[in-house]
Amino acid sequence: MTTSPLDASQPVVSRIIAAVAHQRVLAFASLVVLLIGFSIASPNFMQTSNMIAILQATSVNGVLAIAVTLVIITGGIDLSVGTMMTFCAVITGVVLTYAGLPLFLGVIAAVLTGALCGLCSGSFVAKMAIPPFIATLGMMLILKGLSLVISGTRPIYFNDTPGFSEISRGSLIGEVFPALPIPNGVLILFLVAGVAAYILNRTVLGRYCFALGSNEESVRLSGVNTDRWKIAIYALSGAIVGIAGLLIASRLNSAQPALGLGYELEAIAAVVIGGTSLSGGRGSILGSLIGALIMAVLTNGLRVLSVAQEWQTVVTGAIIILAVYADMMRRKKGS
Amino acid sequence: MLSRRTLMGALGVSMALATTPAAFAADEVYIPLVSKGFQHQFWQAVKAGADQAAEEFGVRITFEGPDNETMVDRQIDMLAAALANKPGAIGFAALDSQAAIPLLREAAEAGIPIVAFDSGVDSDIPVTTATTDNVAAAALAADKMAEAIGGAGKVAVVAHDQTSRTGIDRRDGFLDRIASEYPNIEVVSVQYGAGDQLQSTEVAKAILTANPDLNGLFGTNEGSAIGVVNAVREMGSEGVTIIGYDSGKAQTDAIRNGLMTGAITQNPVGIGYETVKAAVAAMEGTELPPIIDTGFYFYDQSNIDNPEIQAVLYD
Repeated sequence: MTTSPLDASQPVVSRIIAAVAHQRVLAFASLVVLLIGFSIASPNFMQTSNMIAILQATSVNGVLAIAVTLVIITGGIDLSVGTMMTFCAVITGVVLTYAGLPLFLGVIAAVLTGALCGLCSGSFVAKMAIPPFIATLGMMLILKGLSLVISGTRPIYFNDTPGFSEISRGSLIGEVFPALPIPNGVLILFLVAGVAAYILNRTVLGRYCFALGSNEESVRLSGVNTDRWKIAIYALSGAIVGIAGLLIASRLNSAQPALGLGYELEAIAAVVIGGTSLSGGRGSILGSLIGALIMAVLTNGLRVLSVAQEWQTVVTGAIIILAVYADMMRRKKGS
Repeated sequence: MLSRRTLMGALGVSMALATTPAAFAADEVYIPLVSKGFQHQFWQAVKAGADQAAEEFGVRITFEGPDNETMVDRQIDMLAAALANKPGAIGFAALDSQAAIPLLREAAEAGIPIVAFDSGVDSDIPVTTATTDNVAAAALAADKMAEAIGGAGKVAVVAHDQTSRTGIDRRDGFLDRIASEYPNIEVVSVQYGAGDQLQSTEVAKAILTANPDLNGLFGTNEGSAIGVVNAVREMGSEGVTIIGYDSGKAQTDAIRNGLMTGAITQNPVGIGYETVKAAVAAMEGTELPPIIDTGFYFYDQSNIDNPEIQAVLYD
């Protein structure tokens, strides 16, 4: 994907320009531009091991971005995904390390905990009519506190569950193709993206997701129980956050109870870079995935170029504004 | 849509242009330092020491750390990016002593020596660890406390936490020295304020309320020490000797105006310097001791302006 635009002949280029009407293609083009730019700037950037490091760095933020995409499409927002991820990781730690239960129960516990948290957030938003920003801000703090309480403010290590770190660090692909040791965490990211995209585009739940974000009132007036669908979407989003919790715990071989704040904003940034509208009703899983990849490529690339850390932050911020501005300009032209 | 394309194109080009002049000679030795933090004054002082050594030994360094000390996974991403640049050696201050071990092993297998700094890693991979001897430093704080209160009385400790290595070492270094050398000094309380100025203030006020006849308070890091100063100021307590740790503007001001008797300072500049120096030595195959003590000082009104002390203080 990095070589083709370099030797692209003219017709291909014009076809790309024609296709640019889609934000996803636009985001993808930006990703390619970044990859090429960094490759030219540093010979150390385009190495298999560094590409794998970028994918590895994308995995957690990517899964979180997918989770929050669902909620944002309904016109909501979820500020609790970072600490919810930590909370799920801590619960997994309790199940596996404190209770010594088998690995698959830890996995189920993480996903169920996430779904349950999402159910709570969704109920606050739908049944109690609390604005999503406030409801999930509350959840963010509740879950941060609970993670610290349950873990006793200490990291929970998974040393007694040897298979656990394989969830993220192991490589099934690497066993088949030793030259391409892509970690399982990345595989899980793409799997989650596939399933979420299917749900969003091919199921009733997905259709209501868009409908709620476009015009909730008219959906309600047409006799649909909007509360129930909304809660279902928050619960699904929570279950995906649970998977992110598994990924990060597995990668660190520990549940770090203080971690999590700030991760929600990076996930939201990936979502908007990917072209999902914060006002709801429009968005895509693929876009968020590309958004998360752009963030990871940017961070890694600037590091490999040894750009001073204070400037890395400035550039990342500028890119977010640029991406959203370009998207708005495009839509203005389109309408 | 054209504007977006133009912008992105311009970005790519300017990025390539901006970085081309910085393209490095292939034979230049590169040593990335992955730290626990970045924007805190303490870490900036470590960076200053590392820069100084880099210039002296003719190597190129970078210094990075996550926004806060909970972001363990971000630190690992930084380590991965550092490895991609084919470094000669790596300096590493672990946030979690276990999480980074797979990557460190990868580096070791590639023949890249790892120098731990500030805090150790639970592994024999690092060739050495450049750090402050916190136990000895806190023992010196106990000696200075005893000297200031005349070898007898009641003292208390406001520590930053009970789980981290530095928190444990500083608390125990102080308590053990009091117990073994000063039988007439009683430690009435040891409490924890998470290194947070406000929380430490509340903790110290509670101690002062419970012990109106307290003679001395020891704060085990910058936030704890400033909290103790705030508490004494707010309560208007008289005759309480305060010994602090590290520096920072609020603490040096308190020492200058006499509210705080003195403080222990680590040598963050020395930590950075010794890390790079050890990395260079390790690349040359020199045998290194398992711990490099980067030193510490006690400073008070009498020596705060000495060049030797000024060099290790930060504002």
